[in-house]
Amino acid sequence: MSVVEKLSGIEAQSNIVSDVVVRFAGDSGDGMQLTGSNFTEATAIYGNDLATFPDFPAEIRAPAGATFGVSAFQIYFGSEDVTTAGDQVDVLVAMNPAALITNVKDLVVGGLIVVDRDAFTDKNLTRAGYKANPLEDGSLDAYKIISVDITKQVVEAVKPYGLTHKFAVRCKNMWTLGLVMWLFDRSRDSAIKGLTHKFAAKPEIADANIAALNAGHSYGETAELPVGVEVYKVPPAQVASGLYRNTTGSEALSYGLLAGGQLARLPITFASYPITPASSLLHTLAGQKEFDVVTFQAEDEIAAVCAAIGASFAGSLGITSSSGPGISLKAEAISLACATELPLIIVNTQRGGPSTGLPTKTEQSDLNQALFGRHADTTLPVIASCTPSDCFDVAIEAIRIATQFTTPVIILSDGYLANASEPWLVPDFEDYEPFPVTFPTDPEGFTPANRNPDTLARIWAKPGTPGLEHRIGGIEKSFETGDISYEPENHQKMTDVRKAKIDGIARFIPAQEVSQGRPGDKLVVLGWGSTFGAIHQGVKRCRAEGLSVAHVHVRYMWPLPANLGELLASFDSVLIPEMNTGQFVEVIRSRFLVDAQRLNKVSGQPFKISEIEKAIKAQLEAVK
Amino acid sequence: MNAPVQKLTLKDYASDQEVRWCPGCGDYAILKTIQKLMPEIDTPKENTVFISGIGCSSRFPYYMNTYGFHTIHGRAPSIATGVKLSNPALDVWVITGDGDGLSIGGNHMLHVLRRNVDLQILLFNNEIYGLTKGQYSPTSSVGTRSPSTPDGSLDLPLRPCTFAIGAGARFVARTIDTEAKHMTPILKRAHAHKGASFVEIYQNCPVYNDGIFDYIKDKKSASESRLLLEHGQPMLFGEGNAKGIRFNVSKICLEVVEPGKDGVTQADIVVHDETNKVLAQMLAELKTPDFPEPIGVLYCNPTSPYNVDVYAQREAVRAKKEPANLNKLLRGGHTWKVE
Repeated sequence: MSVVEKLSGIEAQSNIVSDVVVRFAGDSGDGMQLTGSNFTEATAIYGNDLATFPDFPAEIRAPAGATFGVSAFQIYFGSEDVTTAGDQVDVLVAMNPAALITNVKDLVVGGLIVVDRDAFTDKNLTRAGYKANPLEDGSLDAYKIISVDITKQVVEAVKPYGLTHKFAVRCKNMWTLGLVMWLFDRSRDSAIKGLTHKFAAKPEIADANIAALNAGHSYGETAELPVGVEVYKVPPAQVASGLYRNTTGSEALSYGLLAGGQLARLPITFASYPITPASSLLHTLAGQKEFDVVTFQAEDEIAAVCAAIGASFAGSLGITSSSGPGISLKAEAISLACATELPLIIVNTQRGGPSTGLPTKTEQSDLNQALFGRHADTTLPVIASCTPSDCFDVAIEAIRIATQFTTPVIILSDGYLANASEPWLVPDFEDYEPFPVTFPTDPEGFTPANRNPDTLARIWAKPGTPGLEHRIGGIEKSFETGDISYEPENHQKMTDVRKAKIDGIARFIPAQEVSQGRPGDKLVVLGWGSTFGAIHQGVKRCRAEGLSVAHVHVRYMWPLPANLGELLASFDSVLIPEMNTGQFVEVIRSRFLVDAQRLNKVSGQPFKISEIEKAIKAQLEAVK
Repeated sequence: MNAPVQKLTLKDYASDQEVRWCPGCGDYAILKTIQKLMPEIDTPKENTVFISGIGCSSRFPYYMNTYGFHTIHGRAPSIATGVKLSNPALDVWVITGDGDGLSIGGNHMLHVLRRNVDLQILLFNNEIYGLTKGQYSPTSSVGTRSPSTPDGSLDLPLRPCTFAIGAGARFVARTIDTEAKHMTPILKRAHAHKGASFVEIYQNCPVYNDGIFDYIKDKKSASESRLLLEHGQPMLFGEGNAKGIRFNVSKICLEVVEPGKDGVTQADIVVHDETNKVLAQMLAELKTPDFPEPIGVLYCNPTSPYNVDVYAQREAVRAKKEPANLNKLLRGGHTWKVE
């Protein structure tokens, strides 16, 4: 038997730990995402709080063993609140040398490595860039290692099912999952149920995978493992009582759009063109035909936004979705929706850019595009979600604003939020206040230029209504009648009223709250979007050390909450972390004339908690 | 007892907006013909929608007292697709031109036709960019002198009907701006056709491309230069229908022949079959001076429209599913309770 390969000098203090970061890494074809999501499910059911971060390459199937083809899935779980996918890795599962060499640098000293020894062939070692086998040359002495001939074990375990060698080896990920499940005392029930369901049409494949899972688990139970490696206990977290599920941002956003449509009492036309990492919205909604939604895969990004605008003109809620490059293509049409003042939802799941950039990685660099990326004076509301589950409420809020103010609204999500998952205390839809849209039917006094005096929303009359026949279009229209007008004063007035309408939305959104700390603290960390988790933990840790730091997280990126300027003025110093080169910081500086400082990261990876902590301390030091 | 339905007239379909095309523009004649046609088709006025892109022809919706949307350059087919998907009960017309529909909007035209969205697409072809002051267009003949091609254009033009048939359109016709008697029945048929119907309208631009279609419009040359298509009728043209179109089997092409000469008989003349796509493709390619140009319905072979199929599929899926329930959706999949 092949067990104890190396012993690190560091022994586990105790088998009860408060939180753990596990990363599964392998070839893009090794099934690491599936392994990770199965482990996540089991961990959620166990009762830990958790957050996950899938990190995969743009290549669907990169050449086996290549470092650029390594796909990873990280999960951070614990008995306290968890809001990021974790900084340093405690347990690294590396299915080959490429996965090891690209991930070992993130492993904490004394951390545990699980490897498939069979994959450490000369060919794979060379391809990964190793000159010598790291399992043998002492270079991993700082870590604990479980080195198993996983491939061989798997082939043996699934022998009764008569699979070809190729298919048998594919069960490797489930064997590994079984071992990690044992390591953290997780139940295999949900994974077994999932495999049975996934391979319902091929029961022999399901059985083989389940056998591999069980074999990995019993390996943990029976094998002699390195000293200090035993079952870890991570006690369940104290979380609010209620019914939970896991959700990714993409799922929550899809459901939020359906919910918003129901609250507005409007059918949805969702028109989109495939683009990473935004396509899953289209996929999810295409499978919800029992809802009042029609999905349309258009021929390109422009056709998608135009079909959505056409749908809104006809009295549905038009929604389009893309990522930065696709949003660029939609820009002209979004301005048409601004000019004609039609409701429209545009979802931008941001990715690393510019151009094709890093399609599968995350970034917040489309804020400027959302706020300013159109021709002429076309201001529109922009709102950003901060966690996967927050995407649900953000989608509803976007639809409320779009329909109440007859305007396009941009939702900013990002690759991290879309793919990351977290447990979600499932809301009760009955608790949401409906905001039904009523269409006019009375021809008396009707013009397409009529406005709600309070919100300045333009009247939304839909084709099919007798007596309300009218024309709209991109040419400037008379404020009084809606007919074409080239009058200089009228254009001034129309530009002013379009701007006043959007600015005025600030009166209809909640005041900005402080999520940690209080006004008057020395420093405020001002965040937006998916940096929430890292900022939350960073501020929490600093406050636990007695530092005077607060956290304010903005959802309404435009118009900004009415009290934000006053709130920011109450702090001595403002720090704005962003996954871009400093876009929101410029908005805040120019809008409020505050000397806000920046913290920027554009590596395609989310902020680490430690990076936020360090910046907080440096900033507090600087303003002393 | 129901009140008698008030018969609408041309005036009911004219909006109160001043028409701003150049004097003598072919668009006036088309507008008049369509305003006159509207009361004759069985769609309530409030269900009629005109969608356009950008260009001279795209000002059209402003002059119709129906619902209308003047959108952005080239995108009318996409906007119209959204309208039809949202509310299939609406009767949607797309007004476009050779630049709008075949240059900047060529991709959308391709897809709206192959997708077979139930729309009437009227392409006003004047072989020039009017609104931007006279540049050559994708349908301009080689050698067209324009502000952007002072020494003559070099690139080969596109034939709109060829494009439409190639894209998979199931109704393709051609008519002429000033010939209401011909255009009216063609548009009626385009309207009755379920699916995307594509109608090319030869349209004169008196300012930048005047007289470009005189060869087919002038009484003197018309009989020689036009081939009036009628389903089931032999393809005869010329003075006293002395000439005809024959299919040359060895060369796989159409050719002009004279029945009674060189052993050609009436039986040799091709009988028009609207449902024959290969024939339609060959007809769409015919061009003066070698051939007369076909006027009428080149191709009509309906199939189920996309907007109908979308809802039919949704109904079929719904029949197998529980009714929509958001709380249930949120609680679908694995859930767990924390006490």
